[in-house]
Amino acid sequence: MALPLFPPTEDPGPDFSALLRRSGLPTVSQGHELAPSVRHATTVAALRFAEGIVMAGDRRATEGHSIAHRAMEKVFPADRYSAVAIAGAAGFAVEMVRLFQTQLEHYEKVEGVTLSLEGKANQLAQMVRQHLPLAMQGLAVVPLFAGYDLARATGRIFTYDVTGGHYEEADFQATGSGGRDARTTIKLGYREGLSRSDAVELAVQALYEAADEDAGTGGPDVVRGIYPIVAVVTADGYAEVPEPEVADRFNTLIARKHAEREPTGGVTGGGEPA
Amino acid sequence: MTMPFYVAPEQVMKDRAEYAQKGIARGRSLIATVYADGVLIVAENPSRSLHKISEIYDRIAFAGVGKYNEYDQLRVAGVRHADTKGFAFSREDVDARSLANLYAQFLGNVFTHEMKPLEVEILVAELGTAGRNDQLYHIAYEGTITDEDRFAVLGGDAETITERVAADWRADRDLLTAIRAAVSALAGPGRTLGPGDLEVALLSRANGRRAFRRVTNGELEAAFGVGGGDTSAPAGEGTVRTSGGEDDQAAVSDTSPEEPPS
Repeated sequence: MALPLFPPTEDPGPDFSALLRRSGLPTVSQGHELAPSVRHATTVAALRFAEGIVMAGDRRATEGHSIAHRAMEKVFPADRYSAVAIAGAAGFAVEMVRLFQTQLEHYEKVEGVTLSLEGKANQLAQMVRQHLPLAMQGLAVVPLFAGYDLARATGRIFTYDVTGGHYEEADFQATGSGGRDARTTIKLGYREGLSRSDAVELAVQALYEAADEDAGTGGPDVVRGIYPIVAVVTADGYAEVPEPEVADRFNTLIARKHAEREPTGGVTGGGEPA
Repeated sequence: MTMPFYVAPEQVMKDRAEYAQKGIARGRSLIATVYADGVLIVAENPSRSLHKISEIYDRIAFAGVGKYNEYDQLRVAGVRHADTKGFAFSREDVDARSLANLYAQFLGNVFTHEMKPLEVEILVAELGTAGRNDQLYHIAYEGTITDEDRFAVLGGDAETITERVAADWRADRDLLTAIRAAVSALAGPGRTLGPGDLEVALLSRANGRRAFRRVTNGELEAAFGVGGGDTSAPAGEGTVRTSGGEDDQAAVSDTSPEEPPS
């Protein structure tokens, strides 16, 4: 590897993708061959609360009708104050996240300042747009981006479509095959100024309901001890909710669901053996 | 007919070396030293936005003295090299030694082949991992590379400052003591340097993946013991910087350094 020096007129600036192209390395979405079956990753959700945002994603990756991977991570720190979650063709999605993370850090180091949250969201949009040709072949990658905006002192959420269009959401959003169910759950439980604990709880519920309805979304795997990933971004930065806490919330939720089905005293027990 | 005049290669090299040395000697010096938690770099630099010290990668820092535009170009090339390598392979595969070698080759090349040598002296510092020591690579304007595992001094006054640093150097100093020692070595007898004249940054094992952090003015004031009369400066100063690592430049005023009470 030579020292990457460029004459001023050809300098790629703080753009890491441009640097990769100049260095002759492939960036996201330059592959052309189609694999016969591709891993797809599903349900991710984000919602705003009083101090920032909560982002959560299930762990299942599927290949056709079989489960390809049970412990896949779909929620990543993009940088210190933002998180990115992915739905779609896993291979491309994970690579896109890696490029995105490197781009944000690269910009920060070259320029000496961090990008604004809006700037980060735009960067990701450009990557999704570059991926459009492959999305047209059925290998879509649809990220969800959220972070804490230091300038505005609030959490913000951005959603994307396959064409790279990105839209800011007021309060919450979910994507992936189970996104619809997750969104409905959050919608019912959402209110302005949730506490961290309530927001995490709502995200956990949303993922549970999504897994309940959608075959592509993995629920809490109590047997193997694999639980969805929940991350919180506040003014203190990105932090993953510790797994014991997530496990605890899921187990409580399952116990509650279980109890609701128990035929207890009052309402019709129906056909009790004598 | 005019004779194409001949200059001996020895003379050419000597002239270039002299030219580069003069350029570097005009600038102010810089000390990098190993301390208890990692590597500390202290530079005399009154500017708050034109940095001499910066982050290259997770465990690698860069520092330069001499002509700003020239070492800044090298800094950016270093960031690019490291990020590209880390992206193509893995984060662990990015090391200071290969980067230092690239810098040395480039500087050597420019020194022998170009009209004008680069008037810079640079340092690539790497925080050691388990089983590997902290390492400082000092690269001179003509491409000479030396590696140090204790301390390195860059800049015009290097020799005398080196003597002062060597006199009481210890590896196990904590951050504040190490800063104080480095600053007094930089200043020398009969001169005092305050927070406004300094740029201080470190690579620390306590910082997680990205080990690089700039030391804020507030911390520097504490190191100098200005903290005692802390409450006496309610507003006025304006140069107290917030947060490490990702500090917002907007809040940093670029005005002349205020005289610190000593």
